[in-house]
Amino acid sequence: MIHHKTTAALKTTAATLLLVSLWIPAGSAGQKDQPSASSRDSVYAELAKAPKKAAARRNPLAEDPNAVAGGAKLFSQHCAECHGDTAEGGKKGPSLHAPEVQQSTSGTLFWLLTNGVVRKGMPVWSKLPDAQRWQLVAYIKSLGVIANPDNSTSSAP
Amino acid sequence: MKHFVRSAALFVLLALPAAHSLHAQESPYIVTYDHYLEEPGNLEVEYFSTFGTQRGGNDFHAFWGEFEYGATAWWTTELYLDGQSTFGDGTLFTGFRWENRIRLLQREHFVNPVLYIEYEQTSGADKILKEVEGHDVEADYAVPNAILREEHNHEMEFKLLLSKTFNGWNVAENTIATKNLTGGNPWEFGYAIGASRPLGLRASAERCNLCRENFIAGVEMYGGLGDRYSFGLHDTSHYLAPVVAWNLPSDWTLRISPGFGLNDQSHRFLLRWGISREFSGFGATMARLLGGH
Repeated sequence: MIHHKTTAALKTTAATLLLVSLWIPAGSAGQKDQPSASSRDSVYAELAKAPKKAAARRNPLAEDPNAVAGGAKLFSQHCAECHGDTAEGGKKGPSLHAPEVQQSTSGTLFWLLTNGVVRKGMPVWSKLPDAQRWQLVAYIKSLGVIANPDNSTSSAP
Repeated sequence: MKHFVRSAALFVLLALPAAHSLHAQESPYIVTYDHYLEEPGNLEVEYFSTFGTQRGGNDFHAFWGEFEYGATAWWTTELYLDGQSTFGDGTLFTGFRWENRIRLLQREHFVNPVLYIEYEQTSGADKILKEVEGHDVEADYAVPNAILREEHNHEMEFKLLLSKTFNGWNVAENTIATKNLTGGNPWEFGYAIGASRPLGLRASAERCNLCRENFIAGVEMYGGLGDRYSFGLHDTSHYLAPVVAWNLPSDWTLRISPGFGLNDQSHRFLLRWGISREFSGFGATMARLLGGH
């Protein structure tokens, strides 16, 4: 009898938590189409947390003519889902044209890609080899600044 | 519970067409876990198959489906549905598993720990060998399905996943502790270790199927470590398995892994393969279906 009660309780807990896990991002996605300004700013603020040694690293592929093209392909595969097809910002990720991003060093962007901003929903990307992360950095740095990405027509973070 | 599973399956089927497929960079491991979780809001649908040889019984083909969902960037939840066919015997559904992986540290460190918690409700006929633990040995699987299916397991399984990626290499180690909630079964222990690396470290500029960076190769080893009362390698089984994953630009990932038993208590040969596809935006689609904006 106790065993059946335990099993029933476990099943109920499992079903409830499964629904909860679906509701967490689902609910936030349903409430807003873009990350809030505070969320965006807190993600940008992570850039300032890069250790000096990491921020000072130079992109070893900066002179590689194929780095930007390879990075563009990687961006469309892994990043565009959140940051938008042209990095203008999407439902989950802020614009990468923003001055906060474009004025960051390559080392800083590499550090952020490696570590993610897990509590803000950006996964760690260390599963991509170093060279691919540097290719992504090369692509992001090639985008240039759009002074006020909030005025972008496609979306704004 | 059946009603819940049917309803959940219906929602998944309704949501998938609206979600976008996504190019994945999936690890090649079939048993070992690294520290990477599903991207938040994404759903990965997977099918895996294990063919196993059996001394003193009939060879078998075990199979399972996985629905892996990124609840947050630090929490992935996953539902497994297991089944098996034993040649010359029969085919049956063998149970379900619900697992959760929780990232313990926000940033990357020298070693990255992830806590794994699973509840499984399976019959004794389950043969997917998703992990090997305790005194699991080949002879356990030689019993006819009609007898095995009468054994019901309600297990809690805990793993500490440790993983690191450097210079393109991923190295992962999983420590397993399992407690069968039925009867007075002791805690059982096991392990899995793996190492893998993409064949190409740079991305080519062109979209391609056969680029080296689309392939990740490695090896994994897994086995049991006995239980609380008889910890160690005595009466345990162990496997060594090369693994390869092919991450296709068309959003599919294929995995294959021939596994070889390392002692007389192990199945001589296991051939595993799997296919998976990742869908982004699943969480948002679910929100709309469930009455969100």
